Amino acid sequence: MAHSAINVFLEGNNISRIIGGLWTSVWIAAVSLVLGLALGTILGVLRTLPNKVIRFVLRLYLEFFRIVPTIVLLYLAYYILPRTFHVNWPASWMAVLAFTLWVAAEFSDIVRGAIESVPKSQRESGLALGLNKMQLFRYVLLPQAAKLELPATINLATRVIKTTSLLMMISIMDVVAVGQQIIEANNQQYPNAVFWVYGLIFILYFIIDYPLSAWSKRLTAKHSR
Amino acid sequence: MAEEILKVEHLNQFYGDWQALHDINFTLNRGEVLTLLGPSGSGKSTLLRCLNGLENYKSGTIYFEGKKVDPTEKNWQNIRQKIGMVFQSYDLFPNLTVMENILLAPRKVQKRSEVDVKQEATKLLKRVGLEKYVNAYPRELSGGQKQRIAIVRALAMHPEIMLFDEVTASLDPEMVRGILKIMSDLSEKDHMTMIIVTHEMSFAAKIADQVLFLEDGKILEDTPGKEFFTKPKTKRAQEFLDSMNF
Amino acid sequence: MNWQIIDQSLPIFAKAFQLTCWLSLVGIIGSIIVGIISSLIQYFKVPILSQIFTAYVELARNTPLLIQLFFLYYAFPVLGLKMSAETCGIIGLIFLGGAYMAEGFTGGFNGVNTSQINSGKALGMNDLQLAHYVVFPQGFALSMPALAANIIFLIKETSIFSVIAIPELTNTALDLIGMYYRSNEYLFVLVVAYAIIMIPVILILSYLEKRVRYGSFGN
Repeated sequence: MAHSAINVFLEGNNISRIIGGLWTSVWIAAVSLVLGLALGTILGVLRTLPNKVIRFVLRLYLEFFRIVPTIVLLYLAYYILPRTFHVNWPASWMAVLAFTLWVAAEFSDIVRGAIESVPKSQRESGLALGLNKMQLFRYVLLPQAAKLELPATINLATRVIKTTSLLMMISIMDVVAVGQQIIEANNQQYPNAVFWVYGLIFILYFIIDYPLSAWSKRLTAKHSR
Repeated sequence: MAEEILKVEHLNQFYGDWQALHDINFTLNRGEVLTLLGPSGSGKSTLLRCLNGLENYKSGTIYFEGKKVDPTEKNWQNIRQKIGMVFQSYDLFPNLTVMENILLAPRKVQKRSEVDVKQEATKLLKRVGLEKYVNAYPRELSGGQKQRIAIVRALAMHPEIMLFDEVTASLDPEMVRGILKIMSDLSEKDHMTMIIVTHEMSFAAKIADQVLFLEDGKILEDTPGKEFFTKPKTKRAQEFLDSMNF
Repeated sequence: MNWQIIDQSLPIFAKAFQLTCWLSLVGIIGSIIVGIISSLIQYFKVPILSQIFTAYVELARNTPLLIQLFFLYYAFPVLGLKMSAETCGIIGLIFLGGAYMAEGFTGGFNGVNTSQINSGKALGMNDLQLAHYVVFPQGFALSMPALAANIIFLIKETSIFSVIAIPELTNTALDLIGMYYRSNEYLFVLVVAYAIIMIPVILILSYLEKRVRYGSFGN
């Protein structure tokens, strides 16, 4: 019965399972973002320093993450850590590690760009007031850079959230994996369930991501005026 | 009797709640130079931009060549072909060469023949001393050169009126004189009708047939040029002239 | 790391490499076409169509490619529309990429300086002339960085095709790992393969970006 396939959500505890799966995706995204932004800030500041070796190494780090697709990063963490380094974390923490390093790489470039676009006179007037390097970054450059980097940071967050859809690839019970299970379990009774379940997941992602990207867009528009 | 080319009646402009222009009224005769003076933020540039429809004024009427202007975008597009404008920031098109910048509007908007316009452009470039730069891009030119090209670009449209919005304000002092000379020539030799917003007081005193003195979006004085600089009617205008060391 | 295993896998990877390049190329070209059409419709505010395209752009940008592919590959057949995995992949990539490209071009058009537009208006240009001579040439130049970022992004997104069993690079590596349990070797080849595609692409794009920027704005 095609028209009643939506009832698949009312079977058993399907709705709460989907929400549980969504929660897994959300916390992995949130933790990775927090850790990644923190690490990325440090790396971004380091990239504005004159030391050529540090800059070169960090540039390589960034380029590695620009070249390798996120899904491959997940597999690198998932296979190589346990097999080569005998690190046996749960898969979700492997995902957090991979996402954190990815976010840090991308954010370091955002931070570097923002710091470099703070007017030079700001840096000079900070130094003229007797601030040391740390104070200069802490009180003058980073706060001004934060404003400039906000839209790009929000965009990065929306990408991290979308990328959580890949978590099921390394056997994490995220919202997509739960959805697949529900579809398989109810295939006999509701052959159209696939449509409704993926439809719901599609909408869930949209509900989370759309407000964020709309916010970022508004900030960018305000900026360019 | 002189022919009236532009008349403004009861013009008002608002930004949100803030009134930028209060009940502006004036007339301008063909061949005369009107100078808008006043402290910054007094509404001079806003008024200028209303006169070719770059600002959508809230209320009021503008008459151009005796005809009431219907303030639709479509209509303004026609009128702008007869009202040239030069901006403070030059605003040449960076992706086009000097010649392409000049040819663009006469060719595409007015559909004039390339040979004609090119001939005229070359003549105008010679007049401002930049005939060597026909194939240069704006990035290769100094500020003063860019501004001269911008004037040529506007003149190539055969305008009836030229609007100048602080055209020397972002130029180095040594560049300013050349631009002002071109403007004086336009008035004296070509009898071009011009409306000028400027902070160059001695230039204004020399060229202005009529001065509008604005403050807070209001016209405080509408005085013949010679008179304004020797004995202004209002105390505010006297203070303004004093502050400009005139 | 066992080099013999790597050596033996190279012919299989070579085929996958070609497929990734081919799918990327088709996806990028399709995305640029959809993006241009969509941004033009939005720029000229074509009634009804522009609302439809705005909705499309927002939907496609704010949902994961993986779900879009699952929809095309698993849910559409239920509605009676059955397509091969590769067709689904390309349609999905263009659906996603078209929206990203549209955003990029629209951002470029909106980034054109108001003073440039005023200066065009002051010369008597109508809306079409303004778009043709001022907004588009400068806007496309301004959207070059976004275009480059989107191209890099779309090439990497082809890795997600592995979820619907298209034998591109990532899928091939996963299959080999599943069969022979040699993750280090196959992941190494996989990363190198992406590097071989991405490094020249990144270099060429950044060169073009500079050229276009200089050509249009002189800095």
